[in-house]
Amino acid sequence: MLVWTTVKAAMRSLFANKLRSFLAMLGIIIGVGAVISMLALGAGARKQILGRVTSMGTNLLIVRPGSNPMGGVRSGSMETLRLEDAQAILRKVEGVWQLSPLAMGRAQVTYTNQNTNTTVMGAAGTYFSIRSFEIEKGRPFTSVEEERSGRVAVLGSSVAELLFGKQDPLGEKIRVKTVNFKVIGVLKSKGDQGWFNPDDMVLTPHSTAMALVFGQIHLNEIDVQAREGADLKEVETGIEEVLRARHRLRPGEENDFFVRNQAEILEMASSFSRTFTILLGGIASISLLVGGIGIMNIMLVTVTERTREIGVRKAIGARNKDILRQFLIESLLISGMGGIFGIGLGIAAALAIGAFSEFQTVVSLGSVALALLVSASVGVFFGLYPARRAARMNPIEALRYE
Amino acid sequence: MMLETRGLKKTYILGETTVHALDGVDVDIAEGEMAAITGPSGSGKSTLMHILGCLDTPDEGTYILAGEDVSRLSGDQLASIRNRRIGFVFQSFNLLPRLSALENVELPLLYGGRKDARGAAENALATVGLGDRMGHLPAQLSGGQRQRVAIARAIVTDPAILLADEPTGNLDSVTGREILALLGRLNSQGRTVILVTHDPSVAASCSRQIRIRDGRVAEGD
Ligand SMILES: Nc1ncnc2c1ncn2[C@@H]1O[C@H](COP(=O)(O)OP(=O)(O)O)[C@@H](O)[C@H]1O
Ligand SMILES: [Mg+2]
Repeated sequence: MLVWTTVKAAMRSLFANKLRSFLAMLGIIIGVGAVISMLALGAGARKQILGRVTSMGTNLLIVRPGSNPMGGVRSGSMETLRLEDAQAILRKVEGVWQLSPLAMGRAQVTYTNQNTNTTVMGAAGTYFSIRSFEIEKGRPFTSVEEERSGRVAVLGSSVAELLFGKQDPLGEKIRVKTVNFKVIGVLKSKGDQGWFNPDDMVLTPHSTAMALVFGQIHLNEIDVQAREGADLKEVETGIEEVLRARHRLRPGEENDFFVRNQAEILEMASSFSRTFTILLGGIASISLLVGGIGIMNIMLVTVTERTREIGVRKAIGARNKDILRQFLIESLLISGMGGIFGIGLGIAAALAIGAFSEFQTVVSLGSVALALLVSASVGVFFGLYPARRAARMNPIEALRYE
Repeated sequence: MMLETRGLKKTYILGETTVHALDGVDVDIAEGEMAAITGPSGSGKSTLMHILGCLDTPDEGTYILAGEDVSRLSGDQLASIRNRRIGFVFQSFNLLPRLSALENVELPLLYGGRKDARGAAENALATVGLGDRMGHLPAQLSGGQRQRVAIARAIVTDPAILLADEPTGNLDSVTGREILALLGRLNSQGRTVILVTHDPSVAASCSRQIRIRDGRVAEGD
C-alpha cells in the first residue's frame, strides 16, 4: 500500500481528534522544548565560561605553592614560594615576558563608617596587563611605590561602589585592617567569574600587602605571562626547573609548588561545562520519555477504538504489516509534529532565557537535528507495541467488536 | 468446483461449555452458482461464511478454494487470497466512516498494490449505480446506498466469489430487494455468490439453498 495514502489517512485521523492528538503531542512538545532549551543553556554557559577564561589574560601560567590538587582550582596553604623565586623565574626562564608575585587574603576594609570584607591582592604593577584589567579612573601603582611599599590602593569596581557610592574615591583614605591606604585608582568591572569575582577586591603593591597587611614573607601565587608565540609547555618546564633548583629538591622528590597553564584551565572549564550540558540534557530527556509513554497510551486507546476498522481492513486484504505501518505512521506523525512544535517552543524558551536572564543561550543546529531524530525514535519505539497489537488482531474478533 | 469443503469442524470453548459451531460440514459450490445458506440463529452460518471467506481457518477438515487447499495457510497468505479472490458484504456495511465512498472502494486495490485504483473504483461505483455519489462520506448516504458502496468495494478487485452475511438484514424490504437484485445481476455476470439469510423469500430467489442446523448441513435441494 502506498505510503503517501497511509500518511494522508493518518493525518485525517489525527485531525478528526484534534484535542486528543494535541494532548498526545504535548508530552513530546514539552520534552523536546526542554531538551532544546537546556542544551542551549549548556552551550551558552560553555561559551560564557570559555570567554571568561580567555578574559583572564592570554598566555598565562599560574604558579602556586603546595602540590597539584587533582582537578581543583585552589592550592594548599604551604609557604614555599618567595619573592626571590619570582625574580629568578623572570631572569632565567626562556619565554617569560612579565610576571607578578601575589600575596593575597581576606581583610576588613573601611572607609569612614562603611566597611566590607574583601580580597586584598598584593600584586606588581604588571598584574594589570597580565590579567587584562583596565583602569576605570586614576592609575595603577608605579615601580617606586612597589619598591617602597607605598600605601596606595586600586579598588575593584564593586568595592568602590560599596564604600563610596556615588562619591569619587580618588585621593580618599581607606583602612585595610589597621593600615591607611590612599586610593589611586578604580578598576573597570569584569563581572563575576563564578569561582572568583575580580570586581570584589582591593589591589595594593605586593610588598605593602606582605609587610603591612598580612605580615608574611611567602607568596600565595606568581602569575607569569609568556611571550607571544612561546610554547606554554616549555615555559612551564623552565619554571619547574628553576624552582626545583632554588628549593633544593632532589631528583624523585615531589614539587612543593605547581604550575598550571591557561590551556589546562580552559580544558577544565570546558569539561565542566560539558558535564553541565549533559546533566541538563539528561534531565530534559526524562520528559521525552514521559512524552513517549503518553503517545503509547493514546495509541492503545486509538487501536482499541478502531478495532472494527482494523477488522474491516483485514477482511478486504490488509496484511499484518499494512496495519502495523498504518499505526506506526500515526504515532510517528504525533511524535514528529510534537517534535517540530517542541523545537519551536525550545527555541522560543532559549531566546527568552537569553533575553530576560543573565544566562547566555546558544541553539545549535545539531541539537535541533538531535531533537527531531529523538522524537521520531520515541514515536516509533512507543508506537510499536500498540501497532503490533493492532496488526496481530484476529480479523473475526475485530469485526465482531462493538 | 469453485469451492469444496470436507469435514469442517470449528469448536469454541467458553469456560465449562464447548460449542461445536461447525461439526463436520461438507459443501460443494460450483462456479457461477448463487447459493443461500439458511438456518436458525446460532446454527453456525456465520462461522461457515468466515471460513469460506478465508477470514478464519477450521480446526479440522479441508477447504479447497479454486483448486488450492487454503485450510492451513498463514494469516498473511489468507489476507492475500481475501484480497484477490473474495469480496465481502456485511450486514452492517462496515464502511470506514472517515473515508469517502470512492476512497472506501479504492482500499482493496491499494492493499493489493494495484496502480489504477482510482479508475477501477469509479467503475465499480458506477456498476452499483452510485456514479454520482463518489465523494460522499458514508454518513451522508442512506442504508441502501451504503450497502451499494460495500458491494462496489467487494467487486472492485474483480473476485470470483462474493460472500454476503445477511446483506439485507439492516435494510427495509424494498431496499433489501434492490440489493438482492444487484447481487443477482452480479451473479448473472459470472460471479459465484453465497449469501446468508433468515428471510425465506430471499433464500427462494437463489438457485440453491443450503440449510445448516447445529453445525451440520441439512441439505434440502
Ligand atoms: N468467537 C466465538 N467465541 C465463542 N463462541 C462463538 C464464537 N463465534 C461463534 N460462536 C458460537 O458458535 C455458534 C455459531 O455461531 P454463528 O456461526 O455466529 O451462528 P449464526 O451465524 O448461524 O447465527 C453460536 O453458538 C455462537 O455462540
Ligand atoms: Mg450470523
